[in-house]
Amino acid sequence: MRNSHTLNLGTGLFVLLGFAALFFLTTQTTSRGLSFGSKPHYDVTAKFDNVGDLKVGSPVSMAGVEIGRVSDISFDSKDYKAVVVMRLDSRYNQIPSDSDASIYTQGLLGGKFVGLTAGGGETYLKDKDHIDFTQSAFVLENLIGQFLANFGKTAAGAGTDTAATPAAAPAATPAKEKTK
Amino acid sequence: MPGELRNRLVTTLVETGAMVRFLFRILAGVPRALLRFDLVVAQVYNAGALSLVIIMLSGLFVGMVLGLQGFQLLQRFGSEEALGIAAAIGLVKELGPVVTALLFAGRAGTALASELGLMRATDQLSAMEMMAVDPVQRVVVPRFLGGIIAMPLLAAIFSMIGIYGAQLVGVQFMGVDSGSFWSQMRSGVDLVDVTEGIVKSGAFGIACSLIAVYEGYHAEPTAEGVGRATTRTVVTSAVTTLFLDYLITAMFLK
Repeated sequence: MRNSHTLNLGTGLFVLLGFAALFFLTTQTTSRGLSFGSKPHYDVTAKFDNVGDLKVGSPVSMAGVEIGRVSDISFDSKDYKAVVVMRLDSRYNQIPSDSDASIYTQGLLGGKFVGLTAGGGETYLKDKDHIDFTQSAFVLENLIGQFLANFGKTAAGAGTDTAATPAAAPAATPAKEKTK
Repeated sequence: MPGELRNRLVTTLVETGAMVRFLFRILAGVPRALLRFDLVVAQVYNAGALSLVIIMLSGLFVGMVLGLQGFQLLQRFGSEEALGIAAAIGLVKELGPVVTALLFAGRAGTALASELGLMRATDQLSAMEMMAVDPVQRVVVPRFLGGIIAMPLLAAIFSMIGIYGAQLVGVQFMGVDSGSFWSQMRSGVDLVDVTEGIVKSGAFGIACSLIAVYEGYHAEPTAEGVGRATTRTVVTSAVTTLFLDYLITAMFLK
């Protein structure tokens, strides 16, 4: 009897501890844990030209403080923009509706997040509202590409300018003749 | 020499085939074993609750080492705050399931194999057959199920203790900010990572338990044979665990 008692006690303790650990791993170490409690929140959408590698679950912050998370990213095929739905904590319900949303990078090569900058409007963002002023993700490849293109132009600039004018002149004259 | 090699190969194939057939024999006995759940509970106690101390101690030290090494490495790049996510990903996806399986093979697997081997050597299994009790049904299946139930829980406990070990070293000793330790972990660890760990420990549970009961049940009925069965349990379990680990990691790769 006593033996069976300790056996059940030990097994019960073990199983309880095991499930407590599983619960800890699923709720405390992952971002999903926050949605379990289902805190009061409201959704705000914004359209971006390019979201970079922004992901569902990326933080939305204001003045560096996390005030919500990205809950959905989809593509609008009418105006070719990315539609980002942000789930904001209801505690922060006094964000001016003319605030602007930008996509920033955490650190130099970190993940992307949405940063809101307060506007000066009198009205506040509500559920299902839309943020009009947006700035796209800073894509490192584009920047490097632009830099290289500019660099190439200025370096070759002296040579191409002089070479281009005589070449352009004969090309322009036949066109003029035709119009006559 | 080629002849010997061929013999070895054939022996390995025969062993594998016999093990798979043994698995089907066990699976056929599972429904009836669930009716006598007290036997399974006793084995969960043997395989799980009795392994708790070694699992918790190992988890603590593995986590602490991870915290120390991770801190040293991340400090070079000035991103000590990433210690939380580094430790959590490492423990939940890899170290938790794998080290638990290796410890399980050493602690519970050998106990199972030698117990069954000794039952075989002392004719207890034959005695059961004489009394029209199926020894696979009565002895093997509860041990197999107990191992399968215990493994994922042990791995989860290992990972949890390990994360606290890393937190102890990183936050308490090395002075990493506690808030960013946890928040980076939460934003970096996905539910899929936890699922991967659970799937792994489940697969390792099946493999290690099967190998232990198979080796024990088919041990030579001598003192030497029992010893050999125990050794083979550890060796085969370790290799199988690491092989399965690679397979499942590849499966979860996006």
